Amino acid sequence: MLRYVFRRLLTAIPTLFVIVTISFFLIRVAPGGPFNQERGLNPFIKANLNRQFGLDEPLWMQYLNYLNNLLHGNFGPSYNLPDFTVTELFKVGLPVSIQVGISALILALIIGGILGIVAALRQNKAADYAVIATATAGSTIPTFVIAPIYQLTFATTLALVPVATWGNGALLNKIGPIVTLALPQIAIVARLMRGSMIEALRSHHIRTARALGLSDWSIIVKHALRGALLPIVSYAGPAAAALLTGSIIVETIFQIPGVGRYFVEAPLSRDYALVMGSVVVIALFTIVFNLIVDILYAVVDPRVRYD
Amino acid sequence: MTDITASAPVVGRSLWADALARLKANRAAMFSLFYLTLMALVCVFGPNFTPHAYTTIYPDYVRTQPSLSAYPKSEMIETALQDVVRRMRADLEDWHEQDERVFVTISSPKTIDERVTRYLDRSDTFDNARIESKSPDGLKLTMSATVKKQYFFFGTDNTGRDLLTRTLMAGRVSLSIGLLAGCVAVAIGVLYGATAGFLGGKTDEVMMRIVDVLYSLPFIFFVIMLVVFFGRNFVLMFLAVGAVLWLDMARIVRGQALSIRRQEYVQAAEALGVGSGGILRRHIVPNLLGPVVIYMTLLVPQVIILESFLSFLGLGVQEPMTSWGVLISQGAKNIGSANWLLLFPAFFLVSTLFALNFVGDGLRDALDPKDR
Repeated sequence: MLRYVFRRLLTAIPTLFVIVTISFFLIRVAPGGPFNQERGLNPFIKANLNRQFGLDEPLWMQYLNYLNNLLHGNFGPSYNLPDFTVTELFKVGLPVSIQVGISALILALIIGGILGIVAALRQNKAADYAVIATATAGSTIPTFVIAPIYQLTFATTLALVPVATWGNGALLNKIGPIVTLALPQIAIVARLMRGSMIEALRSHHIRTARALGLSDWSIIVKHALRGALLPIVSYAGPAAAALLTGSIIVETIFQIPGVGRYFVEAPLSRDYALVMGSVVVIALFTIVFNLIVDILYAVVDPRVRYD
Repeated sequence: MTDITASAPVVGRSLWADALARLKANRAAMFSLFYLTLMALVCVFGPNFTPHAYTTIYPDYVRTQPSLSAYPKSEMIETALQDVVRRMRADLEDWHEQDERVFVTISSPKTIDERVTRYLDRSDTFDNARIESKSPDGLKLTMSATVKKQYFFFGTDNTGRDLLTRTLMAGRVSLSIGLLAGCVAVAIGVLYGATAGFLGGKTDEVMMRIVDVLYSLPFIFFVIMLVVFFGRNFVLMFLAVGAVLWLDMARIVRGQALSIRRQEYVQAAEALGVGSGGILRRHIVPNLLGPVVIYMTLLVPQVIILESFLSFLGLGVQEPMTSWGVLISQGAKNIGSANWLLLFPAFFLVSTLFALNFVGDGLRDALDPKDR
């Protein structure tokens, strides 16, 4: 198992290298530069700025420098949020995004899972239709509609929670972002769970278990759920990577200091170092979570072995 | 021996007639289809029939609540009059309403110029102002004016523009972008997928590897890069968005093309000497059309959401043009004071997305009955 993990991490290096290379040249080819925004910037000052950030060197040289810095764990300074290095920005923002993302993911897995199982057990009955309708609504209504409506109902009308801001991570402030982030995921998980559970309940080993007279509880939880979990596990991996790296919509509406906004702001302001930092972070999360999914697969399904 | 009576030849039901019958039996899908048609008609023609243009600004009616009765409300006339009289540099002495005209008497320590009536005409509330009487010393003046009746069924926005017209206009933009980008995505996807599927071999492998690589890039990063390259020009933007969403289509079409080519009826047609053009026209295109149509109806809501998302971030459609995403983002910023700014556009967007999804599901059931 350890050897497998080690091998997977080794093969991630070329993938990461390709992603870094593509994004580096893609953002450099884009018109404009980090210091173009200010109108009428003195050419001497601009030249000085460019020299200071090493932007006056030939592109291939900059690329090699960047790779060298990256190998030493140095993401470089942010161009548009001066005085901060990219590492510092992520050190502050990433914990916030991870907190919200992980809570949303856990909420989605638990609620979505339960809803899906209930729907599968009551297939084609009222409860099933209710779950399907909720799931359709959850995946159709965009986050940027759900979030303001949540604020409208619970914050301005009922005055139960603050409208926005992080408030140093107070529980009441976190409910909104977590719930709005989780709702679409709940819908997807419920749908997946319903489908795979129905299939699992029809399989031969469940029929055998029923014939043996096992209790409903033990059939569902011990035997059917195990097989039905596989699609959820493979969905949860990429979903976790996406949720944990922050959502620009939720962060903008609830004014949370996460990292989701960097993915949008950095390319727009040509903050090269921050763009590259974001890309590397997303790629790392994706790689790690895909690895976790594969390991979990072996745990859930004993037929899968990595020796 | 009985005579065989000559009966009309049995007319077979085509794939499409069959699908249409199944679709008609699906109530949710038919209702959604009707709703979508209505929505499209209202959005396309509606802005021409509403009493306001989508760019007209009414400074007197900023953030007016939605109402079915006409504005100004009776209590608003006094405020509007006070405002106008202040501009006249005079004092409001007295006013009353009579025969749908408002009679105003003003006074001032200095002689009043008769041209002050234009202040009444200039306001959004009054019209057809004229002088009724004037005191001999010119310090007192009585004027009359009609009250302009205006309807704001959805209220007005932050700058005093009619929200109904803007919502319909936004629908026009959002729906046409959805269709435009959807068509671009389907066109690219079908061409790419069909080419890969039919050529097969090395070409197929290389083409699909490219699709895999594009798939693995973070989607938002990709879209933002498109904004960076194309600027905020929205026609180009949505051609670009269409160009991002073709990946699924390419995979579906390629898979279909590969499997259809190996079907027995295609081999039979080949054995019977049907040319490749005939096979393409009679067998492959009709079989491909089903998945393409289904995917297209599911793609349009995706594009509309994506457009709204970009507009929400301020990267899509620019003022004074508008789209549902733009309106929702403005509504989200004003939920405390003017919730109708959020609720109306959100209802339009969400109900359209629902209807599109139901139509998509209905089409899938109709065209691919074994999947039910």
